[in-house]
Amino acid sequence: MQIDKIKEYLKGYDGEQCTIMEVCGTHTAAISENGIPNMLSDKIKLISGPGCPVCVTVASYIDKLIELSMLPDTTVVTFGDMIRVRGTEKSLRDVTAMGASVKMIYSPFDIIELAKSNIGHNFIFAAVGFETTTPIYALIVDELIKNKIKNVKLLTALKTMPEAIMAVAKDNDKITGFLAPGHVSVITGYNLFCDMAKKLQIPFVVSGFSGQELLSSIYALTKLKGGQSLNMYTSVVTNEGNIKAQETVSKYFKPCDGAWRGMGIIKNSGMILKDEYKDFDAGSESLTSDSMYNSACSCGDVIAGKINPNNCPLYGKVCTPENPQGACMVSTEGSCFHYYMNKRL
Amino acid sequence: MKITMAHGSGGKSTSELIDNIFKKANSNPVLDMMEDSAVVDGFKTIAITTDSFVVTPMFFNGGDIGRLSVCGTVNDLLMRGAVPKYITSAYIIEEGADTDDLEKIAESMSQTAKEAGVTLVCGDTKVIEGKCGIYINTTGVGFVENGIDIKSANCKAGDKVIVSGNLGDHHATILSSRMGISNSIKSDNAPLNEMVLGLIKNNIGVHAMRDITRGGLGTVLNELSSASGYGFLINEEDLPVSEAVKGFCEILGLNIMHMGNEGKMVAIVDSEDANKALQIIKSSKYGENARIIGTVTDDNGVIMNTKIGGKRIITELFGEGLPRIC
Repeated sequence: MQIDKIKEYLKGYDGEQCTIMEVCGTHTAAISENGIPNMLSDKIKLISGPGCPVCVTVASYIDKLIELSMLPDTTVVTFGDMIRVRGTEKSLRDVTAMGASVKMIYSPFDIIELAKSNIGHNFIFAAVGFETTTPIYALIVDELIKNKIKNVKLLTALKTMPEAIMAVAKDNDKITGFLAPGHVSVITGYNLFCDMAKKLQIPFVVSGFSGQELLSSIYALTKLKGGQSLNMYTSVVTNEGNIKAQETVSKYFKPCDGAWRGMGIIKNSGMILKDEYKDFDAGSESLTSDSMYNSACSCGDVIAGKINPNNCPLYGKVCTPENPQGACMVSTEGSCFHYYMNKRL
Repeated sequence: MKITMAHGSGGKSTSELIDNIFKKANSNPVLDMMEDSAVVDGFKTIAITTDSFVVTPMFFNGGDIGRLSVCGTVNDLLMRGAVPKYITSAYIIEEGADTDDLEKIAESMSQTAKEAGVTLVCGDTKVIEGKCGIYINTTGVGFVENGIDIKSANCKAGDKVIVSGNLGDHHATILSSRMGISNSIKSDNAPLNEMVLGLIKNNIGVHAMRDITRGGLGTVLNELSSASGYGFLINEEDLPVSEAVKGFCEILGLNIMHMGNEGKMVAIVDSEDANKALQIIKSSKYGENARIIGTVTDDNGVIMNTKIGGKRIITELFGEGLPRIC
């Protein structure tokens, strides 16, 4: 079907109410940036899901990073967004002014060079992410072992998507379709989402990230029924996924229960280093407790797609990208951040 | 040679540093007098601006902190329709900085001042403890001819919005360097005299001009909107962006609307003069990729028509997360 016909169809759609969840943070960003919400009929609603790794990180994990960053001869190494997320009280940014050692890196493999050139200094790598990033952490552990590097440990908060999607779907009966996470699908493969569609009896479409791809995938979701699914990102997503990456992950990591901000503990939704590699873990186990810095923060409901970001009482008032209260307003892939920055029309 | 605290003492070492580096790079009758202040010819209406430059790295693809420190200040003068005339330079140098670097920066500053038609009339040097950094403050003075009234508040509904060239080049250059990424992207740091003075000489109805620096076009347009009370409607497909910078932004998830330049401006011109203004900018040095990107509207804020046919609101840049670029 021609894209112009799809646009016309989506704007004029008058069928049953569709509530489509885009699970992946990069999809959230692409939908906002392409101005897609205002190209849809009122009967097609897009909601953002739990697919931003920074947004789903619990307070106790940040608190632990802060504790480690204050130790002598120790530096916490992290990607940018994590620095601004608040734990129970403070963020890593707040404590750097109090003498904590925190370093932002752009490439995860920078940690290897840092460790080699600063022997005697300890580095704690804040390893957060989904199926997409876990293989990279596995490769880092592999490098640490090969190079006999002893001064790097990982504090992990690694999550897996299927169990979280199942939890969201069970908790929110309004969802009529899922845009499956595109990058995650590259690793896990399309078959995983076929199975989930059948289990949940909700259609899934694996989508690319361009405006055209997203519109086509939303179109497909208005047509698919029950347990049907479709792979519309075949250029990079295969049925089985990236077997090599899956093998590398299972060499070093094992499933565990995962703690999700605002959503509680979801069984088997996390990954942690296997016992034989515990020497590389900085105390990730049992970092499950959560508390919102601001008790009115509704990050949990936003992540689960129960409310739109602008329905949170803090949104745009006390919680802005300049002064984020919750993680969803911090991350460049957070749904609150994107609602605020691009004010979906 | 390395800079030591003695070079900032105000004594013999300081004067040697000034003689061997700064005077060698910059010589003119006013500066050579080495008086406590420069006495220069004046004008009825003048524009004054000041800016400090702390960029890391000091040398980057397509430029350096010396060139940047002249361009930034000269362009700020030009944006009010002033003809840049004088510039000052104050260096704060950290102990351990290399005099070879300093020489290159002073020479680059001198060349850029010549290109921009400004005379460097006075300067200052201080040395502090630190880690070999070099920071520069420049202050500029320009002459404003009678009848020139260019300011943000003057934008009117129906005016056309012209961007003078590819967005994001400087920002992408600095980020690439900071992240250790090799690519062909070059900083656009440049003085915009030719295009701006061309517009003025040809009596183009220029209502407002802003150079697109930190915060990017998105922030500048929002500031213009706040100052004037009018809105901006721009078209994503008309935004000039090089393929290299476009790819760079896509890979890193950066928004081109918030990427800074150091040699690009946005001009808000009367719609009747828009095509002529575009031709003047396009035929000037540094203006070949200029485009009309949108219109001033009766609304508020900044709205973009996306390529795919949607609409989105463009906000100013919030937060940081990106390295300082100037």
